[in-house]
This record gives sequence, C-alpha cells and structure tokens, in this order.
Amino acid sequence: MMLAANDTSRAAAIQIENLCRHYRMGEALIRAVDDISIEIQPGEFTALLGASGSGKSSLLNLIAGLDRPTSGSVIVQGSDLAGLSRDRLAHYRRHTVGMVFQSFNLIPSMTLLENVELPLRFAEIDRGKREGLVKQALDRVGLAGRMHHRPAELSGGEQQRASLARALINQPQILLADEPTGNLDSRTGTEIMNFIREFNEGLRMTVVMVTHERALAERYAKRMIFVADGKLEGDQPNLTSGSTVSQGNQR
Amino acid sequence: MRGYDVTELAVRNLRESLLRNSLTTIGIAVGVASLVAMLSLGIGLQQLAGRRLEKSGLFDTVVVTSRRDLRGFNRDQEQSGPAPAESPSLTEEARHALEQLPNVVEAYPDIRFITELRYGDQPHLTMVAGLPFSAKNNEAFEGMQGSFFSSDAAPEIILQKAFAEELLGKKPNADDDNVNVADLAKPLIGHDLTMRYAERTASLDAGSGAAQPAKAPSDQGITSASYSVVSREQKLRIVGVCDLDPDSMRGQARARLFIPLKLAQNLHVMQPSDLRDSTTSAPTYTTVEVRVKSPQYVPSVEAAIKKQGFNTFSIVDATTSLRRFFAVLDLFLGIFGSLALAVASIGIVNTLVMAILERRREIGIMKAIGASDADVRGLFFAEAGAMGIFGGGLGVALGWTIGRVINLGTNIYLKRQHFPPEQIWSVPWWLVGGAIAFSIIVSLLSGLYPAGRAAKLDPVQALRYE
Repeated sequence: MMLAANDTSRAAAIQIENLCRHYRMGEALIRAVDDISIEIQPGEFTALLGASGSGKSSLLNLIAGLDRPTSGSVIVQGSDLAGLSRDRLAHYRRHTVGMVFQSFNLIPSMTLLENVELPLRFAEIDRGKREGLVKQALDRVGLAGRMHHRPAELSGGEQQRASLARALINQPQILLADEPTGNLDSRTGTEIMNFIREFNEGLRMTVVMVTHERALAERYAKRMIFVADGKLEGDQPNLTSGSTVSQGNQR
Repeated sequence: MRGYDVTELAVRNLRESLLRNSLTTIGIAVGVASLVAMLSLGIGLQQLAGRRLEKSGLFDTVVVTSRRDLRGFNRDQEQSGPAPAESPSLTEEARHALEQLPNVVEAYPDIRFITELRYGDQPHLTMVAGLPFSAKNNEAFEGMQGSFFSSDAAPEIILQKAFAEELLGKKPNADDDNVNVADLAKPLIGHDLTMRYAERTASLDAGSGAAQPAKAPSDQGITSASYSVVSREQKLRIVGVCDLDPDSMRGQARARLFIPLKLAQNLHVMQPSDLRDSTTSAPTYTTVEVRVKSPQYVPSVEAAIKKQGFNTFSIVDATTSLRRFFAVLDLFLGIFGSLALAVASIGIVNTLVMAILERRREIGIMKAIGASDADVRGLFFAEAGAMGIFGGGLGVALGWTIGRVINLGTNIYLKRQHFPPEQIWSVPWWLVGGAIAFSIIVSLLSGLYPAGRAAKLDPVQALRYE
C-alpha cells in the first residue's frame, strides 16, 4: 500500500491526480480519461456530468477499481489503487466501495436474498450471520417481503433497490452509481435518488454519481463535475441542491 | 470465498444449465465406465489365471530330491555343491527337518507305485499315490464328488476320473471337460477295490527262515542286512472321484488313484529306491514335496533346502513373467479405457468455456461486487470437480454393470461350449476409488484452462457484454 505524500490526501475520501486512461483501438488512440485531477471530500455527493462517450463512466470505473489507469493515480484512504495487486483491488471493491449500475446487474438465476448475500460470501462472513444482514439490508430498501423472488419477477425500481441493498451490505464508505436512474421512469427514479440521498446524509457515505441529466444532478448533488472528451471541463458546487426535492419530473 | 460457499455456488450453477452439464457428466461417466469395464476384465482374467495356477500347485511347491539320486531337474545343480556321495539322503529325519524350515507348510514324501487293482473280477494296472491329509483343504479337490479320507490312515481310496471311467468300462473321452464327475461317482462310491502290492518287510535275521520267500542264492558278498518282498492284498473303499488337472505339478495328479499318505507309508510298498537301500541302513524317499505358505517364499525356502545339500526344483520364475504379462495387459486395457475419458475431458473444457461465454456478464458482476480472481477460478474449478465426482460415481456404477453383463454373456457362451462358469470380471475397491479419483483429476485438469480464463476476465469488458 502506498501512502500519498501530501497531507491534504489524508483528509480527502478520493484523490485523483493526473489520471489518464488511454485505449488503443486499431490505429487510433482513444483518450477516455485524459489528465484529470479531482479531490472528493468524505460525505460529499458528487455528480459526474457529461455527454455519452465523454469518459465519465471510464472515470467511475477507475475509481471503482474495475479498471487500471494508464498513468496518474486514484488515492482512496491513503492507498493508490494503481499500485494494488489484483487481490487487494478485489478486497477494495468488496469493502471500500459499493456500486450500482444503470442496468441493475443482478444475477438473474439468483433470488434477491442470494444476490444481496453474494458480497457477504466473498467477504467470508459466517453463514449464520448472513441471512440477518441481508434481511436488514432489504428491509432498508423496502424489499423484505420479496427476498425469495428472482430479479425477473420484480419491477425496474425494485431491482435497483435490491442492487442498492447489495451495494451497502458490506458497509462501504463510498457509493458509486453509474446512471442509477437511466432505466427507470421518473417516479421510481426519484425513489432511488431519495434512497441514495438518505445514504449520503444518514450514513455519511461519499457518493459519486455518473449522469447525463443535469437536472437530476442539480436536484441531488452538492457538487457537479463536468467531463468532455476525457477532460475536466468544470467543477462547481451545486447551490440549488435540495431545493426542488418534492417535484420529480425532470425528464 | 469459503469452501462450502464455493461448493454451494458451483452446484447451483451446474443446476442452472442442467441439460448441458448432465450431458457433459454423462460423457465423463461413459469414459470412466469404459476404464472400469476394461480394467475389471483385466483384473478378473488375472485372478482367474491366478486361481487356475494355484489349483495346479505350480508355484508354491518345491520338489526336493537327494543329490545321490542324480535325478534333479536342474543339471547345473549337479555340477556344484557337495559330491553326490557325500550328500545327505532323503530319510524320514531329513523330511522332518525340511518341515521345520520357516514358511514351510508341510513336507511329505512322494510315495507312488504301479500295482494291480481288482474291481469286480477285472484287474487294472495303474499308478497309486499317497495323498497327504492336508490335501483335503486343497483347491485341487474342489470339484471332487464323494468325500475325502476319513482319517490319515483309513483304508480308503479316491479315484481320478479317468480311472473311474476305466472301472466302469467307459471309453476315455477325448473331450475331457464334458465328463460329468457326479455321473461317474454315483455307481462307484461305497464299493470296495482290492489292491495287490509288494510289501517290503524288514528282514529278520538271516536264518529265521520261513518268512523269507525268494531269497537269492547264497552268493558270496550278500550280507544278512537285507529285506524281503512279500505279496499282499489290501481292501480299499472308494470314497471319492476327483477331477484333477492331469498337467499339475503336484505329485498327486500324476497318479490315477490316491490313498491316504500314512496308509501308503504303513503298507511299506516296495519302492524303486529300495533296491539301493538294500545297501544302506535306513529307508529313504525318492522325492519329498515341500509346500510353501505362498509363492513369494519359494526362493528363500529353496535356498535353505539347498544349504542342507539337496537338489530342489520349482517354477517360481514363471510367476514373475506371468505377472509381467498381466501388468502389460492391464496397462493396455487401461490406456484404451482412458481414451474415452480423454474425449470426455474435452467435453468438460468445451462446456466450461461455453459457460464462461454465457456467464461473462455474471463474472463481471461478481468481480464488481468484490469477487477475487481466486473466487472466480475456484468456482469454475469446483464445477469441473463436481462434474468429475458425479461422472466418476456414475461411471463406476455403469462400468460395474458393463463388466457384469460381459461376465454373464461369457458364461452363457461357456455354458453352450460345455465349460464350467468362470468369474472373468472383478471390481476391487481400489479400482472404484481409483477410477473416481482419476475422473476428478481429469476433470480438474480440464477445468484448469477455463477457470484461468474466467479469473482473468476484465470486469469492465465483461459488464459491457450483453
């Protein structure tokens, strides 16, 4: 584990320095993330905004430890993800971050109980404790009664709630959301966003959410970072945050 | 991930695509079955040959002769060791000493003589041999009709089936195996035979006269330390008819009639060696047969007997080459049997590689929520292993059945050819365990590549995959 040299990194939840992720596609070099530096504070709700293909999802994957940077560093809790072994990176994904995706990414052959239990299996939590923890997590998102259903038997909103329960089951400090409402109608989208805000405010979780909807970001995020062509285009606090919570028809 | 979690997830994954995994497992089962069937036949044949050889007494018998007789089976033995004249004779004490050697079950003299027997009014000339009482438990007398001697000196007789045919006036049958021993035994058992023989009586002192018939004319040089030969008769009751292998190494089979060994000794029938014994003080045996606990002790017992100055003969080398033959046969059968398993292992690789393609996204999800490379690898490995266990178990059962059916079929054929049924198939426990273990090992090896590939899957790519 590498400890970052400067003192400010100790305070930051996520510190991104000169981060680059380049792909080679045939002859062309694609700069998905191109020299981005950001610092995200603990408990902050940050929205990463940008058009399709702007590189915001690539940036989120780098923060999630799913991908490795071409250069630069992502420092979370004092350790640079770029320097971690594959095993340490898996441990990081298991315990430090929780992820929700646009397409929910629940395993279709498993019931909700089994889906939410999966990270506990990877974390080698005792069998006896697991069911209680899963029930608690599903109860928090209002799905306690649907534990034995398979994802296909649930609505999109319910699936995303289950996926939130799965992201939280190992009690990570950081929640990473990739277009969490992208496949949902506005009402269920609002429902999901309210859960995310609750985790951010109630559990003091650091939230980084990728979205292309500026209105959504303005309603929930406290900070908005704009990305275009892999580069940082803007970084501003959201002054309107929380003002229009009650009405949710931003689409 | 903990072991039980890996197992649980692997089993549920196998259940998810039940048809494909079942077909793969059946493929393994067929491979294991062919291996088990082949080897069970190989082992069965080996055991059959072993039983046959044991029955012949070929490999646990050492034939001991005196060097004085110069009639050893091995010429080279006669050129080494003490000179014949200085060698010990096969006296009763010598026989007793041989019996005391370690790993020797018994040592009995080979008493045999050609004499005349009367059954009804018909005389029959044939070879009679003394049979040790221990032969009662000998597998050579397995198929005997009637009963064994009631005691070691009882005036009873067992007939070899060819002689039984002769007594009944039947023509000796060329197709030897077709003779039903029970049919021969029925009219004979319980009847009496009269044996006429020449008894060697210890000569009382010269001049006691009357008891000595046919004494040679009193030439010079004939000493009084001599013996007489008296013609005697002995009634013998037929107690059994046996089906002995005429090519057997054990002395008994070379005769056609058997009387208890003690009786044979007590009768003091004139032996060829008695001629020579006229010049010595103690009677000697021509041959002593030493039965050893098991073939593996033959060389050491033989060495010990040679040390005492006797000639020995055994066919222990034949067992080694026979074992080598069966080892090669088993190897070949095993290789042919394994071919099907090799084909099945390709099936496992194929199934698991297909599963990776199908479950690419699932693997991506698992990695995104914290599965390590080892977790994913373990999962695929466990799936391959589980197919190996199920396939192995099923295969052993199938192979066992195939072997049984082949055995059954062979016996039906044997019966049609008028041969006795044989057990040509055997599934020992080590084969059951070994086949299942082999199946698991082959499955795990087949899982190696797919598991490695699944573990190395890039989660970002895998999640993008629809």
